[in-house]
Amino acid sequence: MSTPLFSVDGLGKRFGERVLFDGAGLMLETGNGYVLTGPNGSGKTTLLRIAAGLEPADCGGLTFRAQPAPAPDYPEAWRREIVYVHQQPYLFHTSIEENLEYGLARRGMAPAERRARVREALAWAGLADRCAVPPHKLSGGEIQRAALARAKVINPTLLLLDEPTANLDGEARKQVLELVTALCIENHTVVVASHDPEIMRLAILNRLRLTGGAIKIDD
Amino acid sequence: MEFFGPTGEAFRLLLSGDAELWRIIFTSLACSLIALLVISPPAIALGFLIAKVTFPGRRALVVLAQALLSFPTVVVGLVLYMLLSRQGPLGFLRLLFTPEAIIIGYMVIAFPVLIVFTLSAVQGADPRVYETARSLGASRWRAALTTLFEVRFGVMAAVFNGFGRVVSEVGCSIMVGGNIAGLTRNIPTAIALETSKGEFAQGIALGFVLIAVAIGINVALAWLQGRGGLD
Repeated sequence: MSTPLFSVDGLGKRFGERVLFDGAGLMLETGNGYVLTGPNGSGKTTLLRIAAGLEPADCGGLTFRAQPAPAPDYPEAWRREIVYVHQQPYLFHTSIEENLEYGLARRGMAPAERRARVREALAWAGLADRCAVPPHKLSGGEIQRAALARAKVINPTLLLLDEPTANLDGEARKQVLELVTALCIENHTVVVASHDPEIMRLAILNRLRLTGGAIKIDD
Repeated sequence: MEFFGPTGEAFRLLLSGDAELWRIIFTSLACSLIALLVISPPAIALGFLIAKVTFPGRRALVVLAQALLSFPTVVVGLVLYMLLSRQGPLGFLRLLFTPEAIIIGYMVIAFPVLIVFTLSAVQGADPRVYETARSLGASRWRAALTTLFEVRFGVMAAVFNGFGRVVSEVGCSIMVGGNIAGLTRNIPTAIALETSKGEFAQGIALGFVLIAVAIGINVALAWLQGRGGLD
């Protein structure tokens, strides 16, 4: 068996008296897509946030590219490769292009190359004609697509999507579903926390179920 | 007291380019701007840190900064006077009754204003701003700058409020500046002096300038907010 890209081992997390994870473990293989399901409050978002280094675990450890990090440590270098997208993504109050350029600029990419990559990503997300619209005037579906494009343009090693279709319906939901599917087809390693039956039914995604503080593979 | 005569004279003074009057205006604006330029970066950084970092005594620090907002400027002037006078611990700097002493006083007065307004702006910021920046690979420092950029209108309001507070204060300016003509005389101290002498025209003219500055600051802030799509 190959070395997993990312793994969680003996994860513990509690909020006051409430135990969320008690020795939870998880292994993610490179290039695979996963859908993480579980009842409300089971800790799907918290798990993704711990994996993204936005929240510390109480105990246990994470391993990424065979480099271990015992809780609550989170190596700064991982932030360049692991990207988390909020359930309701935040777009900076600049232009959409600048939002997409943000991560590339942090990686020291030259402006000309950044602009070319951004144009490509905007076309991928179907937002090429929405560049001039200020982010706060975009619809919910457009904001979600812009956030997916902002994450994809960085070409992250691991992409963590928190309920990307929540609060969307109709055409907006369908478009976001297509982008999530496209990310998996393009061999990105993606974890999607979701309740959406359509995402759960996507054959390309491996099913993980979070229940009782443990993560189980759902066949 | 006659009102219209001195008011007409005030406009004549302003429009005629009266050298003494414009020197006073220059001193006021220069001292205020320099003080704000120097003190804004550390005060904004401190405001951000207090808003974002939890440490023992944080609450007490916030209460202290808020209390300093209403601290009488004349007391700031008194403390600075004692520090800068010849017998004071900083007397060797020979700063008393110089524009530099006024600038130091303005910095002390503006410091809590900048901290409290920045703190409030950053605490009101959406927590997803910092998280999004971090998740996209920004360092802590860069994510902090991004957050400040997102609440830039609140930070600008902090700076403009600090400017408004110092440009119109009189107590500290008189104490450490001495109201010396051609050197440390500024708008508020000149108004106080001219009025006490019964020379209302110059006082009214300078009053118009202060009002124009106050209106200008608010118009500028509203315009910037409009440009930022907040209208």
